[in-house]
Amino acid sequence: MRQFLLNRALQSLVVIIIMSFVIYSLIGLMPGDPIDLMISANPNMTASDAAALRELYGLDLPIYERYWNWLGAALSGDLGYSRLFGQPVLAVLLPALKNSLILMGTAFLLAVCIAIPLGTLAASKPRSAVDYGVNLFAFAGISIPSFWLALMLIIVFSVFLGWLPAGGIASNGAGLLEYVKYMVLPVATIATLSIGSYSRYTRSSMLEVLRQDYVRTARAKGASNSRVVWKHALRNAMIPVVTILALDFGYLFSGALVTETIFSWPGMGKLIFDSVMGNDFNLALVALLFATALTLIGNLLADICYALLDPRIVIGGGKA
Amino acid sequence: MNKNSPLFLAFRRFRRHKLAIFSVCVLLSMVLAVVFAPLFEAWLGVGANDVDLYSRMVGPSLSHPLGTDELGRDVLLRLLYGGRISLFTGLTAACFAATIGTVIGLLAGYFGGRLDAVLMRLTDSIIALPLLPLLIVLAAIDLSKLGLPQAIVESENVSFYRIVLIVAITGWTAVARLVRGATLSIKEREFIMAAQGVGAGHLHVMFSHILPNLLSPIIVAVTLSIGGVILLESVLSFFGLGIQPPMASWGNMLTNAQQLIWEAPMLAVYPGLLIFITVISFNFLGDGLQDAFDPKAEY
Repeated sequence: MRQFLLNRALQSLVVIIIMSFVIYSLIGLMPGDPIDLMISANPNMTASDAAALRELYGLDLPIYERYWNWLGAALSGDLGYSRLFGQPVLAVLLPALKNSLILMGTAFLLAVCIAIPLGTLAASKPRSAVDYGVNLFAFAGISIPSFWLALMLIIVFSVFLGWLPAGGIASNGAGLLEYVKYMVLPVATIATLSIGSYSRYTRSSMLEVLRQDYVRTARAKGASNSRVVWKHALRNAMIPVVTILALDFGYLFSGALVTETIFSWPGMGKLIFDSVMGNDFNLALVALLFATALTLIGNLLADICYALLDPRIVIGGGKA
Repeated sequence: MNKNSPLFLAFRRFRRHKLAIFSVCVLLSMVLAVVFAPLFEAWLGVGANDVDLYSRMVGPSLSHPLGTDELGRDVLLRLLYGGRISLFTGLTAACFAATIGTVIGLLAGYFGGRLDAVLMRLTDSIIALPLLPLLIVLAAIDLSKLGLPQAIVESENVSFYRIVLIVAITGWTAVARLVRGATLSIKEREFIMAAQGVGAGHLHVMFSHILPNLLSPIIVAVTLSIGGVILLESVLSFFGLGIQPPMASWGNMLTNAQQLIWEAPMLAVYPGLLIFITVISFNFLGDGLQDAFDPKAEY
């Protein structure tokens, strides 16, 4: 087990290092470079000034040397300045991380609390009207374009009914109620999408468990259907579901890019989008790396959860 | 057709899946509609990209069945031509991705050993990445910095090729895993040994003996992935990173709709509704095919 975790952690580390280089190179391929931006800001700059600046900032070096310099600075804690916000990258990143965590965490909890009972209910009465209803809803959840769902919610609740703001976040010092008002629509968007996939996983995992011998034994001993489903089967059916949930853990921090951007929720997803679109190279680089690292950690957590929850799984090639 | 052939049995199981049958009808009529888009164009007497600033955002009428958009273009025609792009992108990109995945899965499963380890680590790593943010970066990069000739960078179809390529290089992982797993079990069977025994080469065994046995799971996987691809294309186009105007796609028709949501909310409704219907139909179809080809999978 320890060997396995060590291997997996090492593998994740290697992926992060490779990805940091890949992302660094991709960012370098985006339109414009910092000097172009300075030229457009200062019409008096000559070509030789630009060349001198390029040399000063090391932009004339080959890509691997530039990466190496950046990595050295980053590891010693210098992540650079954000061009869009005029602040150190970390000072921009941390509040966005907090906002994403609040938004995604709420949506995640809501989705889990709705999807798991829904999926269980559907599996406990297969081929019933309830089952078909849940199935239809789940398919809708995985098929609806997130940005369109967001737009429809805005049209109904902001344009026609005028109950909720169309986007943004409550200003500092506003009450809790005001804060929640801004959260309702984005949370509803994210939760609807997750409920679709979570309830499908719960349902199929539950059906699998309900076919097993110990469930038949429980029924033979006279336990009622609801007792068998909710007491005996649910715990085992949760094992694969928890793994799926843990896989999504990383997304709690990397935010929902589409939803946050449409609702102007100042989280990680919107930050990544804005920094990529706004040529904010330092910020885009660090934000993307952060999102990658956190997603990989989420994957690692999923593996650990799986091993801890299911004693039948012996990791590392031991006897099963 | 032989009444007991596997294909016929699969077809009979598929027929029972009413939602899947319904989805096939929906998708077929959609394909017909977009194929015959020029007929609608001739009938209405305007082009899909014709701008008419004197009739901006007018409501439905005989000359514009679904009204016009913010530049006075006919919404119905743009939906039809956008559907061409969205459906075609979805199909092409999903098939392209499946081809890459099949080749990688076959190589990994058939040869095993170190090649398998390397390819599967690569697959695991790509699956573990936060794809959407990275796709946004891929879609934003400047192609001329890659050293591509200016003629290609500025050509009209470049946004289409770019989307297909982006989806293909990130979307092959699921098929690769599936194909690898199936290859591992098939390569131990007697007919493979027999083929190798009479001297068939590796490539011949992989593509003529193993691959045909994998077709039905691959078809299911491709069908199920088309919906995801269409969603991806629409998101990227919505953010202005995919199909570029004036070429219409369901995604980029929604880009301006968000700004106009207070004046013309219906402009935001139609394209998204079509994306939704198409994607859910492909998902139902894939679900039906899965049940038909692999009756053990559920229940």
